[in-house]
Amino acid sequence: MRKNLGILGLLVAVFVLTAALEPNFLTAYNLQNTLRWTGLFGIISIGAAFVIITGGIDLSTGSVIALVGVLTPMMLVGAEWPLALVLLMVVALLLVLGLLHGILVTKLSLQPFVVTLCGLLFYRGLARWISGDQTQGFGAAFEGLRQLAIGRIVITDSFGLPIPFVVMVGLALIAGAVLNYTVWGRYMLALGHSEEAARYSGINTDRMIILAYIIAVMTAGLGGLLFALDVNSVQPAVHGNFYELYAIAAAVLGGCSLRGGEGSILGVVIGAAVLRLLYNAINILGISTQLEFAIIGAVILIGVIADEFVRRVTSSRQVHRAA
Amino acid sequence: MIPEPPGYAPAVSPAPFLEVHRLTKRFPGTLALSGVDLRVHPGEVIAVIGENGAGKSTLMKILAGVLAADEGAIELDGQAAQLASVRQATDLGIALIHQELSLLVNLSVAANLFLGREPNKAGWMDKSRMHTDSVRLLEKVGLNIDPGNPVSTLTIGQRQLVEVARALAMDARLLIMDEPTSSLSAQEVDTLFGVIGELKAKDVAVLYVSHRLTEVEAIADRVVVLRDGEVTGRLTGREIVRRKMVRCMVGRDIARTHTRMKRKPGEVVLNVDRLQYGVGRHSSLSFSIRAGEIVGLAGLVGSGRSTLLRTLFGIESRTGGTIWMNGQAVRPGSPQNAIAAGMGLVPEDRASQGILLNMETRPNISLGALHRHLIWKGWLNRPWERQASRTMISQLGIRGVRDGKLARLLSGGNQQKVVLGKWLLLAPKVLLLDEPTRGIDLAAKREIYQVIEELAGRGMAIMLASSEMEELLALAERVLVMHQWGMAGELAADELSEESIMHLATGHKARA
Repeated sequence: MRKNLGILGLLVAVFVLTAALEPNFLTAYNLQNTLRWTGLFGIISIGAAFVIITGGIDLSTGSVIALVGVLTPMMLVGAEWPLALVLLMVVALLLVLGLLHGILVTKLSLQPFVVTLCGLLFYRGLARWISGDQTQGFGAAFEGLRQLAIGRIVITDSFGLPIPFVVMVGLALIAGAVLNYTVWGRYMLALGHSEEAARYSGINTDRMIILAYIIAVMTAGLGGLLFALDVNSVQPAVHGNFYELYAIAAAVLGGCSLRGGEGSILGVVIGAAVLRLLYNAINILGISTQLEFAIIGAVILIGVIADEFVRRVTSSRQVHRAA
Repeated sequence: MIPEPPGYAPAVSPAPFLEVHRLTKRFPGTLALSGVDLRVHPGEVIAVIGENGAGKSTLMKILAGVLAADEGAIELDGQAAQLASVRQATDLGIALIHQELSLLVNLSVAANLFLGREPNKAGWMDKSRMHTDSVRLLEKVGLNIDPGNPVSTLTIGQRQLVEVARALAMDARLLIMDEPTSSLSAQEVDTLFGVIGELKAKDVAVLYVSHRLTEVEAIADRVVVLRDGEVTGRLTGREIVRRKMVRCMVGRDIARTHTRMKRKPGEVVLNVDRLQYGVGRHSSLSFSIRAGEIVGLAGLVGSGRSTLLRTLFGIESRTGGTIWMNGQAVRPGSPQNAIAAGMGLVPEDRASQGILLNMETRPNISLGALHRHLIWKGWLNRPWERQASRTMISQLGIRGVRDGKLARLLSGGNQQKVVLGKWLLLAPKVLLLDEPTRGIDLAAKREIYQVIEELAGRGMAIMLASSEMEELLALAERVLVMHQWGMAGELAADELSEESIMHLATGHKARA
């Protein structure tokens, strides 16, 4: 928990500052929206965090989102397959993709960056080709299913918790439990610190790494389904573009080290919230949206520098105490 | 701590080239050098000796600009000098000839000799000058080869001499040689010594790091002995004899204070039958170990000792043969199989293989045994983990630790105890130890010896690979000696001596 105080402070600071500058920020509608997007991006960030914790990286997230976003409406609406079959197909596809990433990284010792970069290119191309670059959507059908993305759990007359946010909280609880209370989570953290030492301790490191890539693709797929249901018009060429970078940024902001071995799910979720809040603040405060990336980039950089600074101070203190 | 004698100066030249004062270097968990003084005069050959982890390599690396010292001063020709980079050190006349050769094997000899300082005309390489200069340099070191040949066509000995020639090309005034003869034939060693003699005559000083005491006797003007980062002996002229060097190096006290316990070996636990390992090697070896036995494994660098242990443990694949544990064949291919069969390995390289430096002590200790104590499915048993970690910390005497402390902040000895604790929680039947006390202070060493004895006393079979003779002689009941990836022989308790081990390790046949 203490590790997450910094990022939590940043969240509160951006929140308070924006609220002070623009009272409209606190309207139920705006808060709901921000929560919904936090939920959507939080889901894919949690998956990205698992791969990062093992010392890898997944760049294919955005393209997986596009592929799922294109395939699901095509199968449901276009081919009129039953919902259960479609979901089964999607899950099977995601399993295969995750397994493929993991096997290429472990058994062939390819670099994660390269494997998932190729995934990014390949799945995007596939999504555009299958759909003929035509915008896909559910039309007016599947209102019930779409509630998963656009629905909310009503709390007061004007405010309700968006379903994606609730889904994300559930996923975060499961992910947090896996990471901190199961042997698999412990193994992932350990091999993230040193794959060699983990192998010498008898851990099946290959299996754990493959598992991490499967988790990342599965959450990207879940996110992809929700994003598609949310926008209801999936443009194959641009849907999900750059989302892998948001996911990685949220994980890093939340305390994951790209060197592996470190990270907390709560931190990642807060990281995703900070990113969405910044995006929202830029819009609502009337800052030129052209500056969006610049501001987000600057905040991440400052956050990471501050984090590194704190780490150095505390670790040198520990060394002194040890001496 | 033995200070540099104030009055000492050889007849050759009065002013020292290099002076080092109170050099200290810390690594996380170890004090590699502690207040080392050293003076080197032009034309002197100074041997630096000591056991593994004594700090020799650290000292050499600091002088060559590879590492920076934490404390202390370095003077060259009486002037304070900064050796912040290899470039700076070579510019000042100090050249390191590294243990692992640093030549680029795909490039030609000439290209290697002038790497980074290629003779050029307005940026264009002057190949003909490079060629003639190379021939001249190679002659100096007694090499009669075409400088246009790629380095990959040379023998290891020739490569070593090319490295010397390269140092000469940089007008080095001090050559640092780190184990230069470890892979040379007797004839090549003679050539190298001839070259060193000529260098002396030209007032080039040589710092000669070696384990081979006979060579040191032959070539050194002075000897500096390091142990655990401190200078424990300085020998000059006629004092340079093996017996004195060994006493300074090992400090007889460990062996003397360590008392061997009487044990009765039990059943055969590990039986290795015609094991073949290592790509392109054709040796096949067989041996067995009984419960409660401590079996030493000796062999020079490159004898395949560590690879053998890694193969037994399933990290490296074997190409033939069978490993039996309690009469059951161990499935090859992964450490998990070896562990399930009852093996454990404390690996050679503690920092990268043994311990997770950036993890806390507790998860480090519990890492191997976690899966045997789950509450349900994959769920960790945290109370068990806390308890197990505490037990190991007190049982092994891991000091100065709360179990939440990062492993990197522990001393080397305590880190090694953490690695031992990790295996003890799995209660292996056979524990393979690869250089278990490398780079560890004497007190911790003694404690680890005690632990090893106790484990054997409780019936664990122990295989102890070590390049420290003292360690093998103090602990092992018998010693298997390896040479070139095969078994050169076995020495029983009454045959054990430093000489008998070295005799086999250097490739001589066992005495009848």
